[in-house]
Amino acid sequence: MTSNIRYKSRIPVKTEDSTEEKQYVGFATLPNQVHRKSVKKGFDFTLMVAGESGMGKSTLVNSLFLTDLYKDRKLLNAEERINQTVEIIKHTVDIEEKGVKLKLTIVDTPGFGDAVNNNQCWKPITDYIDQQFEQYFRDESGLNRKNIQDNRVHCCLYFIPPFGHGLRPVDVEFMKALHEKVNIIPLIAKADCLTPNEIKKLKDRIREEIDKFGIKVYQFPECDSDEDEEFKQLDKELKECTPFAVIGSNTVVEARGQRVRGRLYPWGIVEVENQSHCDFVKLRNMLIRSHMHDLKDVTCDVHYENYRAQCIQEMTSKLAQDNRMESPIPILPLSTPDVDTEKLIKMKDEELKRMQEMLTKMQQQMHDKDQ
Amino acid sequence: NFLTKTILGKLDIEKCLTSVSTGGSTLLGYIGIDTIIEQMRKKTMKTGFDFNIMVVGHSGLGKSTLVNTLFKSQVSRRSAGWARDEKIPKTVEIKSVSHVIEEGGVKMKLTLVDTPGFGDQINNDNCWEPISKFINEQYEKFLKEEVNITRKKRIPDTRVHCCLYFISPTGHSLRQLDIEFMKRLSHSVNIIPIIAKADTMTTEERQEFKQRVRKELEMSGIEFYPQKEFDDDMEDKSDNDKIREAMPFAVVGSDKEYQVNGKRVLGRKTAWGVVEVENPNHCEFAQLRDFLIRSHLQDLKEVTHNIHYETYRAKRLNENGGLHPISSSDTQESNL
Repeated sequence: MTSNIRYKSRIPVKTEDSTEEKQYVGFATLPNQVHRKSVKKGFDFTLMVAGESGMGKSTLVNSLFLTDLYKDRKLLNAEERINQTVEIIKHTVDIEEKGVKLKLTIVDTPGFGDAVNNNQCWKPITDYIDQQFEQYFRDESGLNRKNIQDNRVHCCLYFIPPFGHGLRPVDVEFMKALHEKVNIIPLIAKADCLTPNEIKKLKDRIREEIDKFGIKVYQFPECDSDEDEEFKQLDKELKECTPFAVIGSNTVVEARGQRVRGRLYPWGIVEVENQSHCDFVKLRNMLIRSHMHDLKDVTCDVHYENYRAQCIQEMTSKLAQDNRMESPIPILPLSTPDVDTEKLIKMKDEELKRMQEMLTKMQQQMHDKDQ
Repeated sequence: NFLTKTILGKLDIEKCLTSVSTGGSTLLGYIGIDTIIEQMRKKTMKTGFDFNIMVVGHSGLGKSTLVNTLFKSQVSRRSAGWARDEKIPKTVEIKSVSHVIEEGGVKMKLTLVDTPGFGDQINNDNCWEPISKFINEQYEKFLKEEVNITRKKRIPDTRVHCCLYFISPTGHSLRQLDIEFMKRLSHSVNIIPIIAKADTMTTEERQEFKQRVRKELEMSGIEFYPQKEFDDDMEDKSDNDKIREAMPFAVVGSDKEYQVNGKRVLGRKTAWGVVEVENPNHCEFAQLRDFLIRSHLQDLKEVTHNIHYETYRAKRLNENGGLHPISSSDTQESNL
């Protein structure tokens, strides 16, 4: 991985010089230690894919992670889909490569944008993202924080159809509803039906419209000034290439004497990993090889913090309304990690209630007797 | 009168001749009745044809490009070139543009009816209504002319003869909007469904998709053109069966030419090859063109006139127990 190499080059080489030895403390090895620990622990990453059906989302996911997550999927026909609402389906797969474990969760959103009336069709998706934030919020505020599971969505790949002339109303509304909750990476789907000229025009048009509508898509972080020129150049190219025009494939074809992932047409062969055919490689590199960690960071530091701040604000304002000043500090929702203790508390509560009732009854009886 | 009717309808010389011979007298010598075909041809060449074609489908499916490719001229209201400055309209609009094109001495007044805004909104409920209304309005116009006391020699025909419905090549199945539209309109106009931008799919994917789409059309009871119930005879039926089996045609349109194997062809040039529009191995454009223009153009007009229009007319006559002019703005009063 690129990050590895970069860290390694920074470790000062121990020389035989004794004066250097005295000045060398050794904490420069920290990145290595962090690295070793995380490798042991493993990584997790949650990726959401959204877009109308038939955009090649499943195929792209399979191509990205070299898996076959959708083996047993049954495609519904139009009649069957009439009353279908947008669903949220999770697929989890454990991938291991060179000793590094990744727990990858793909969140699929079948039904999005497929109906005749697609008003608010993104609501189940925003609800899902909020729910994951809420869950994490509760866990974080809870008593047992050792094994918090991070189900927050780190990245959302949004598939824009290549058939249009830019963003459609549903694309704009979807991205605006989600851009402050999740890292959105817009993609041009099924890019093999466009000529290079058409792709360029479409990308320009989409970038223009994203600016125009104030949509905040995921921004690549700026390069550090001490990075080498090659890296800076690659980074610049990456940024100018968005939104990525991608193609996916589940099949292997023979092209130029090699077996590659591709699509076989009567007029030629499209190679998924050929940079002059599409931006798949750029997407994969960006998503997995260089920016996976940054995506997680932005989710934690920006989107989640926004949610948390909003949540706390709502709670304090609610408390102020209720006028209950039992404690000067806003009350955080206590998580209930232990179902048993909760049951016990409930039982005791009820017992207390009963005893209180009995007491009031007795008091009443005594009062009547007196009279 | 018999002769005028046959000029507008299908001329069946055989039937004419046999009716003469069964009438009693056998033909002695050559009369020359068969030259009527030549006379008809001359006349129609002079008067020319009207053909009205409507394109429906959400934006970006290549509707304008396809029509330009079909008629080998810039007939759509979009100029050549890809840049589209118009925004998606908030409601479905109906925009007509007419051109006169000529080939082999035959003049055709081609009217293209575009429907921008269809299926592009977030909420597309009832987006087919403006289209349905337009089609019925054309029938109404024709009907009014027909029932006038003093009729024009040649009633201007603005009725939609053919509606090309563009299906998005998702590779999965039809979308709900596709079914809603075709269900509602297949009884008032000839609908020809086509799979747009077919260069998105490999040959295999295309076949599978077509089969699924055909099955869905069948299950929803959508009768697209050529409709089975209107096949005149066995010959028609067998021809049309072949066409029905191959529909919906998966097409690619282009108005640019490239050099392939020493020939200049219409196509789309990508980094991995040139998609040739008229190559039957690449897509089914040639089949669509032959079907639409070279063999069934006249039939489309006839089915529109003899069936769809008649259905509308019968419905209108049955309303109010007779035909009265509907709109009060019309000064002509006529009672049947």
